[in-house]
Amino acid sequence: MSRPKNQNYKGHGLSKGKEREGEWDFYWCDVSWLRENFDHTYMDDHVRISHFRNHYELTRKNYMVKNLKRFRRQLEREAGKLEAAKCDFFPKTFEMPCEYHLFVEEFRKHPGITWIMKPVARSQGKGIFLFRRLKDVMDWRKDTRNSDDQKEELPVENYVAQRYVENPYLIGGRKFDLRVYVLVMSYLPLRAWLYRDGFARFSNTRFTLSSIDDQYVHLTNVAVQKTSPDYHPKKGCKWMLQRFRQYLASKHGPQAVEALFSDMDNIFIKSLQSVQKVIISDKHCFELYGYDILIDQDLKPWLLEVNASPSLTASSQEDYELKTCLVEDTLHVVDMEARLTGKEKRIGGFDLMWNDGPVSREEGAPDLPGTGNFMTNTHLGCINDRKNQLQHLFCSLQAQKKASS
Amino acid sequence: MRKAQGSWEKRILKSLNSMCTELSIPLARKRPVGQQKELLNKWNEMGTDEPDLSLFRPVYAPKDFLEVLINLRNPNYENGDSLSFRTHLGLIQVPLKVKDIPELKECFVELGLNTGQLGIDDSTQVPPELFESEHVRIGQKVLAEQDSAAAQQYIRQGSPTALRAELWALILNISSQPEDILYYEQLKTNVIQHDLLVDSLIYKDVKLTASNDDYYFVFEDYLYQVLLCFSRDTSVLAHFAYNSASPPKSYIRGKLGLEEYAVFYPPNGVIPFHGFSMYVAPLCFLYHEPYKLYQTFREMYVRFFFRLHSISSHPSGIVSLCLLFETLLQTYLPQLFYHLREIGAQPLRISFKWMVRAFSGYLATDQLLLLWDRILGYNSLEILAVLAAAVFAFRAVNLMEVTSLASAEAVLADLSTLKVMPLLQIFLFATVT
Repeated sequence: MSRPKNQNYKGHGLSKGKEREGEWDFYWCDVSWLRENFDHTYMDDHVRISHFRNHYELTRKNYMVKNLKRFRRQLEREAGKLEAAKCDFFPKTFEMPCEYHLFVEEFRKHPGITWIMKPVARSQGKGIFLFRRLKDVMDWRKDTRNSDDQKEELPVENYVAQRYVENPYLIGGRKFDLRVYVLVMSYLPLRAWLYRDGFARFSNTRFTLSSIDDQYVHLTNVAVQKTSPDYHPKKGCKWMLQRFRQYLASKHGPQAVEALFSDMDNIFIKSLQSVQKVIISDKHCFELYGYDILIDQDLKPWLLEVNASPSLTASSQEDYELKTCLVEDTLHVVDMEARLTGKEKRIGGFDLMWNDGPVSREEGAPDLPGTGNFMTNTHLGCINDRKNQLQHLFCSLQAQKKASS
Repeated sequence: MRKAQGSWEKRILKSLNSMCTELSIPLARKRPVGQQKELLNKWNEMGTDEPDLSLFRPVYAPKDFLEVLINLRNPNYENGDSLSFRTHLGLIQVPLKVKDIPELKECFVELGLNTGQLGIDDSTQVPPELFESEHVRIGQKVLAEQDSAAAQQYIRQGSPTALRAELWALILNISSQPEDILYYEQLKTNVIQHDLLVDSLIYKDVKLTASNDDYYFVFEDYLYQVLLCFSRDTSVLAHFAYNSASPPKSYIRGKLGLEEYAVFYPPNGVIPFHGFSMYVAPLCFLYHEPYKLYQTFREMYVRFFFRLHSISSHPSGIVSLCLLFETLLQTYLPQLFYHLREIGAQPLRISFKWMVRAFSGYLATDQLLLLWDRILGYNSLEILAVLAAAVFAFRAVNLMEVTSLASAEAVLADLSTLKVMPLLQIFLFATVT
């Protein structure tokens, strides 16, 4: 059988190894392909595919919000208000147009704050705008309604209205968000890996609330920044997470930074738990998510969105290296060659973050939180000596195999 | 030496004045009120301004300065015609006393193999109980006692990230009194009210260097806020008392030569050169209030950085550093040195720019800060020359195979992956001499 390993990832796209229709072992596919073909494709046991059938429960903004809200209510019922408060990492969001009236109620309670309107399924910052007056929303509503009547072509799009985080943490006067990679190998049970590397994406212009029409100020996607008149491609406007972590540590001290990163761990786990029962768990599926996190001035992280197909095109040499290693390590975790024992806690740059329960950092220690010095096995923004680690790992696996054969 | 510095200064000033006449821009002028208001509004985002700077050139670049240094000769010194093993084959031909490795080992004894270092003994494989935790505890104690001398001794082994900003402030005697904040605000007002030609040079330098750096681009605005104020700070003039240089003078229009009408230009007496803004950029990692950042930079400048672009015989002066670098290389890596010389790649031509910038922009920021920790700890810039030699030693194998200056440059183009402390330790303490 052909093994079209997608080594060239410059723009993940359809794997060209589909010369013989249906004969593949591993497929890094497009979500559109998945939508059309998954349901009537037979896959052998060993076959792997890079998306879950209904990933949109997590990655479409309106579904994610719905699932999170439901999960929060469940947590409150089962474990009380304190536990449920751990889900308060997404800004108040309302689905449009169905929750329009609820939104208006909330809007009237807090006059003067800024809201952001985001299309549910688009990416790269398209279709987003900020507003402070209901009038802007009503105008927009009229526009979309009219265009519906006039043309059939424009599909009715769902939007969400979300409270805009008005006090983002600024570095050098600029707003930024964090891109973090989480690999989910299964939902039932939940097994998720966290990649050590990631980056902070800066807006090219200085942050000010007075210019909410200037989307270049507020939107930090590189895709949007690339069209800003200030954009200089050489700049890249990204910081690797290690640099970001160091910067924060020198400003706020290591404890504050630990607390922030541990709050982010909480975001990843809770968001995955909220869709655990909803996602169709198929043993063939795995998924690499790109999480977008915004930090505010109180060092609280907010979840902006989760991407099922994070961009794998590189904007600089450093970026290229990060993404190559990311894909390579993903393939290692997927383990088509069945080299791993399944008990590993670290593979290359990935750390096992959740294995049907929290995972402890210490080797061989019981994975039970609440036992004194429980340190979770996450190292976001820490040194990534993946080459070394992989070498040791595969050497010892080989030795084990020899010993047992 | 003073003569050479004097003539170098004349050259720089001439260049500045001619640029001034060419572009018909006055060296200084008062800003009209409208412009003042505009600048005040834009103070925190001057980086968004895109003035036309195409006609401005930096007054000089490090390589121009290097040419001057290469041509320094002591008229009293008779070298003798015969070549001996003592003959110095490098570019610098001034016989200043520089340390050799045994002397450096004595001087930098805290960097030795048996002493814990940040930059080595805090790596992931080393359990923190062995050194790091204790070192952090001592650092906190030093800060609690506010003991400047102890801090200087302590920082020779490196500063923990979280304590660095305070430790440097303690060592540099920087206080954040209301007077200091007021002084900074006053400088800011000066900037708003008057426009100097030097401002455009600063803009250009920031846009060319720091803004293009992968990590420092974020701090662009802070750099303007610091450098523009710096150029108006007349308190900097005080450092000329111990600097072989003298501040350039300019004369009010029409009163050339009349001392009563002479003013220092720029007001702080320092004409920026290409890459000057890189002295400030790493500090943005540590200090976030503009006045603190400003004070730290000013202190660092009048204690250390000025020595990197003025001609003097001081052991931390750039001439001595160059000579130290070349001597270390020639004495301890003779094969490499001769080889590079043969192919027309005099090592100093490559390492000069590193030393003039104190390695800013060449090393990764965390490594650079570890290096600058030691500059503060030992109150000397000699470590820059030692590091430069250590880098050559590290890449010696590849350098032995190159056959041209360009390929030698290529081997040494990217220093961003280097770990500074292991390199220094190996070079000083673990190489057979």
